[in-house]
Amino acid sequence: MAMKIGEKPFFDRVDDALEDGFMRNAMAKAQDGLRGRKLNATVGDEQIGDWEEWRSAGEEIRRHTLENLDFYLDQLSENFARQGGHVYFAETAEDATRYIQEVAKKKNAKKITKAKSMVTEEIGLNEALEEIGCEVYETDLAEYILQIDDHDRPSHIVVPSLHKNKEQIRDTFRDKANYTGTSEPRELTAFARSQLRETFMEADIGVTGCNFAVAESGTISLVTNEGNANMVTTFPETQITVMGMERLVPTWNELDVMINLLSRSAVGQKITTYVTNLTPQLEEDSIDAPKEFHLVILDAGRSNALGTEFQSALHCIRCAACVNVCPVYRHIGGHAYGSIYQGPIGAVLSPILGGYEEYGELPYASSLCAACTEACPVKIPLHEHLIKHRENYVEKIGMTGEKMAMKTFGIGVSSPALFKLAVKGMPAVLGPLVKDNSITSGPGPMKLWTSVRKFPAPGKDNFRNWFNDRAKGRE
Amino acid sequence: MTAGTIHNKDQFLNKITSQLGSERNRQAGLPEWQHRPQLDVFSGASVNELAAAFKKNSLEKSTFVVNTDRTNLAEALQEVIKKYGGGQVVASKDSRFGEFGLDAVLDNGETHIWDINRGLENIEIAKKANIGLFISDAALAESGTIVQFNDKDIARSISLLPTVYVAIVPKSTIVPRMTQVVQAVHQSVEEGNNLATCINFISGPSNSADIEMNIVIGVHGPVEAVHVIVEDL
Repeated sequence: MAMKIGEKPFFDRVDDALEDGFMRNAMAKAQDGLRGRKLNATVGDEQIGDWEEWRSAGEEIRRHTLENLDFYLDQLSENFARQGGHVYFAETAEDATRYIQEVAKKKNAKKITKAKSMVTEEIGLNEALEEIGCEVYETDLAEYILQIDDHDRPSHIVVPSLHKNKEQIRDTFRDKANYTGTSEPRELTAFARSQLRETFMEADIGVTGCNFAVAESGTISLVTNEGNANMVTTFPETQITVMGMERLVPTWNELDVMINLLSRSAVGQKITTYVTNLTPQLEEDSIDAPKEFHLVILDAGRSNALGTEFQSALHCIRCAACVNVCPVYRHIGGHAYGSIYQGPIGAVLSPILGGYEEYGELPYASSLCAACTEACPVKIPLHEHLIKHRENYVEKIGMTGEKMAMKTFGIGVSSPALFKLAVKGMPAVLGPLVKDNSITSGPGPMKLWTSVRKFPAPGKDNFRNWFNDRAKGRE
Repeated sequence: MTAGTIHNKDQFLNKITSQLGSERNRQAGLPEWQHRPQLDVFSGASVNELAAAFKKNSLEKSTFVVNTDRTNLAEALQEVIKKYGGGQVVASKDSRFGEFGLDAVLDNGETHIWDINRGLENIEIAKKANIGLFISDAALAESGTIVQFNDKDIARSISLLPTVYVAIVPKSTIVPRMTQVVQAVHQSVEEGNNLATCINFISGPSNSADIEMNIVIGVHGPVEAVHVIVEDL
């Protein structure tokens, strides 16, 4: 399944979303809650000083790291391997899943537990492991809910099951896992705990993503709340961590800043319940630690952004602060984006990773209000990236309708006679569609507008006439 | 672990270098950062102020807090264990328990001290234990966080598997925030030391807000947490 969600065209997905009243209410409620929490923990927390200073620190660190990405990845891989870890640089998603399949086969692995990870979702790792006969268990509560609901897809980067209410979750648990309890979140959560407790212990391999890797020490840092990532990285004999190649910091000092920005921006916490920092060790003698540690570093299209105007999109730390303020996401939800990466960052990142053919329409899922840019803890100019994507899309791929409309407009405005004719003729042309001084069902390109709001009827007079009359009146 | 391996590095990194329009094998050289707000948090705060902030932020994270001193620590600890239902306790193997005069408390027949010689039996005991007991290596005032440098004796399972974790927090180990801990780790790396395989920052019981954004305490890790702050200065 990988990065793409659904097969329908973009506007059909949007239509589906707009008709889903529950989902839209859930999105609005979640956005308000997450945004409120973030504000309390950032600009509202005097304890940490000026939040803008933190954002500037984050931007500075991310820019330097990406400008020297090759150097720090080299350092990370050498330090990880020096202590007994195995590093695999994967150019593509297929390359990464093939390597992980090989490790699983070599370990004769049957059960695999996973902590929440968007990058493993991106590469379709679950399907790849199931293909070779492994049982894969998602252990983050939201991912667990999606998995047992016939592998539903994530609708939010941080809270993937945001589109489901507790009654739907109760019904899924009942139908798929013989749950007999109520829809109380506490009871549902306790059920998930009991279901997964033994699985954690029995797993042969634990798989995680990576919030940040620390180049100077070959360390993987995981930022979580539920304790599942600790279970996944403590009991299986083998650990496999998959990281997007941009997710690293030079030293522990920079890790500190990034953890603070991520915890406060993503969930409004001063720090998440667990910040777990794992480093391989040649002389590992602990009973409760993996004996084999693999790190898969993934490109999968990320290098397309390096050295281009989109390089700063790779500064993203996946906090979803931009998603939580986006007015478009609020109305269409996550699935309408057709990508596991939603909201403003999804609309910027998806075309970089998956190309304009597949995701070129996503940058239009924005009002360009720049709330995303304001919210970003590492100051990515998201709305500027969206504009640039639109330019590229029209230039390189083109939307036939828009191109034709622009061409026609170009012809019309280049000739004064044609322009005059068009302005004069407009009321007559659109006259049959006008009702109560507005158009509610427009033809062709107007349809997109009139499906959500009224289009004002063209006035019988026009600006030139009005101006001429006014000028004469003054004389 | 056996010696590690690296696959496809040069091909992968050469592509990045070329995209960046740069040169391989150069030294990046960390710049002098222009923005370092982390250094100002609780700057100049006294030990007592840090301890007060640590307590306040622990409580905010649904963690029960006890203040005590060396003389009364054993008694306070016994009370905590009783309050949280007693039963099986699993504790890290840590010479500091003795230094705090807690050997007698641990030698009660219901406490298992982690012992690598007993292999996987330790994990079985921790799974069934009601309480996991350990001494934190550092604590963060800003967020009510305790820090563990896990190894074969300070096992990861102790703060993870039991229903309740109880962390003894020496007051002298409370620092403003993560900044001071990472500075020490960074220095250790620069000196060429091996790091603990797991450096764990833990802030209260496990929790989730994945169902309709309702916060539920107690998911896969402990359901309850206790921080026992000990005057040790």
